[in-house]
Amino acid sequence: MFDLRGYGWMLWEGLQLTLLVGLCALVLAVLLGLLGAWGKLSRSAVARGVAGTYTTVVRGVPELLLILLIFYGTPTLIQNTAARWGHTVRVDLDPFVAGTITLGFIYGAFATEVFRGAFQAIPRGQIEAARAVGMSRFLALRRIVLPQVWRFALPGLGNVWMVLIKATALISVIQLDELMRKSQIAVGATKLPFTFYFTASLMYLGITIVSMLLQQRFEAWSNRGVRRA
Amino acid sequence: MNLELAYNSLPQLFTGLLVTLEITAAALLLGLALAVPLALLRVSRNPLAWMPVYGYIFYFRGTPLLVQLFLVYYGSGQFRVELESLGLWTYFREPYFCAILTLTLNTAAYTAEILRGGIQAVPHGEVEAARACGMSRGLLYRRIILPKAFRLALPAYSNEVVFLFQATSLVSIITLLDLTGVARVIVARSFAVYEIYITAGLLYLACTYLVLWVFRRVEHRLSAHLRPQEDELTRRARAPRLV
Repeated sequence: MFDLRGYGWMLWEGLQLTLLVGLCALVLAVLLGLLGAWGKLSRSAVARGVAGTYTTVVRGVPELLLILLIFYGTPTLIQNTAARWGHTVRVDLDPFVAGTITLGFIYGAFATEVFRGAFQAIPRGQIEAARAVGMSRFLALRRIVLPQVWRFALPGLGNVWMVLIKATALISVIQLDELMRKSQIAVGATKLPFTFYFTASLMYLGITIVSMLLQQRFEAWSNRGVRRA
Repeated sequence: MNLELAYNSLPQLFTGLLVTLEITAAALLLGLALAVPLALLRVSRNPLAWMPVYGYIFYFRGTPLLVQLFLVYYGSGQFRVELESLGLWTYFREPYFCAILTLTLNTAAYTAEILRGGIQAVPHGEVEAARACGMSRGLLYRRIILPKAFRLALPAYSNEVVFLFQATSLVSIITLLDLTGVARVIVARSFAVYEIYITAGLLYLACTYLVLWVFRRVEHRLSAHLRPQEDELTRRARAPRLV
C-alpha cells in the first residue's frame, strides 16, 4: 500500500515548498495583522474604515476565489490599465510570489482580529503609567505593548497558522509545485491516487502535530513570567 | 471594467449559487446528524468509544479539505473493482456524491468537536440536579444536557456553517459547477477575470453575512431568559430598530 514507486522524494520536496510558502505567508499575515489591528483601533475614521472593509471582505469570500482573483485578475488589471494609457506590458505572476501574497493577504485579516483582541487585552493602566513616566507613544508601544501582545496573540496566531498551512494545498490550483501538486504529478505517473493522496494527507497531519507541540512550547515560553493561580 | 458582462452573467452565477447552497445544506444536515452521536461517543469514558472518534476528528481537522476531496473522488478509483463488486462504484463515480460525502465527513468532525465543547460546558450542578430528580441517563441527555449543549455551541457552530459554505468552493476543482465553478467557466470563455470573480465574491459575501445575521437572531431568541427583563420605561424609550 505504501509502495511509493520511487516518488517519495518528490513528495518530500513538495512538503518543503509547502512549509516555505506557509512560513512566508505567515510572516506577511502577521505584518498585515499588526497593521490591520492598528487601523481598527485607530482614532482616524478612514483607517478604521479601511481595516474594517479589509477583514469583512476577506473573511466573507472563499480562499479559492481570492486566489483565482489575485493570480489571474491582477495581471489582467495591470495590462488593461497599461493598454488604456497606450503601453503594452506583459505581467506574469510567479506562482510562489502570488501564492505567498494571496495567503498572507487572506490570513492577515484573521491575524488582524487576533491582534486587535490582544492589544485590547493589555491593561490600560500600564500604558497610562508608561506615558506618565514620560515615554513617548512610540516608546510605550515598543517597550510595554509589543512585548506583551505576543503572549495574548499566540493562541490565536497558532490557530491562524494551522488553517493557513492547510490552505496552502489550494495553491496547487495555480500550479505551484507544493505537496498537493507533487502528489497530483505522482498520481498521473503511477495511477495510484489513494496511495499518494493518503501519504500527502499524513504529511499534512504530521505538520499539524508538530505545530501543536511547538505551539504548546511557545505558549509556555511566552507565559514564563506570569504568575498562575 | 466590463460591467455589462458581469451583469449579463448574473443568471448563470445564480444557478451556480443554487448548487453551492444545495451542497452546503445537504452536508450541513447530514454532518449534524452524524456529529451528535460522534460527540456523545467522544465524551464517553470508555476508551473503545472515544479513541476511534478522537482519531477520526483529528484526521479530518488536521488535513486539508482538498486532500480529503481528492482522496474520496480520485482515490476511490484505486478500489474500483472492490467498489464495483459492492455496487457502490456508480456513486463514487459521481463528483456530486463525492463532494457531499467529503464535506459531510469534514463538517461532522468539526461539529462533533464543537458539540463536545458544548456538552462539557454544561454546568455540573444542572446534571447533578437532574440525577437527583431520578432521571435516567437517556432522559438526562435528552432533556438537560443536549438542549443546553446546543445553545452553548451555537456561536461556534455559526462559524462552522460559514466555513463550510465557503469551503464548498473547492468542489469546483472536481468539475462541479457551483458558484466558483460557473465563474471559472465564464472567465475561461470571456477573459473578464476580475469582473466575474468580483461579482461571484460579492454573492458569497452577501450569503455569508446573511447567514451570520440569521444566527445572531436565533442566538438572541434562545438567550431571552438570560437577558435582564426590560421594564416598561426602557422599552418605550428605545428607538424602533430596523433589524
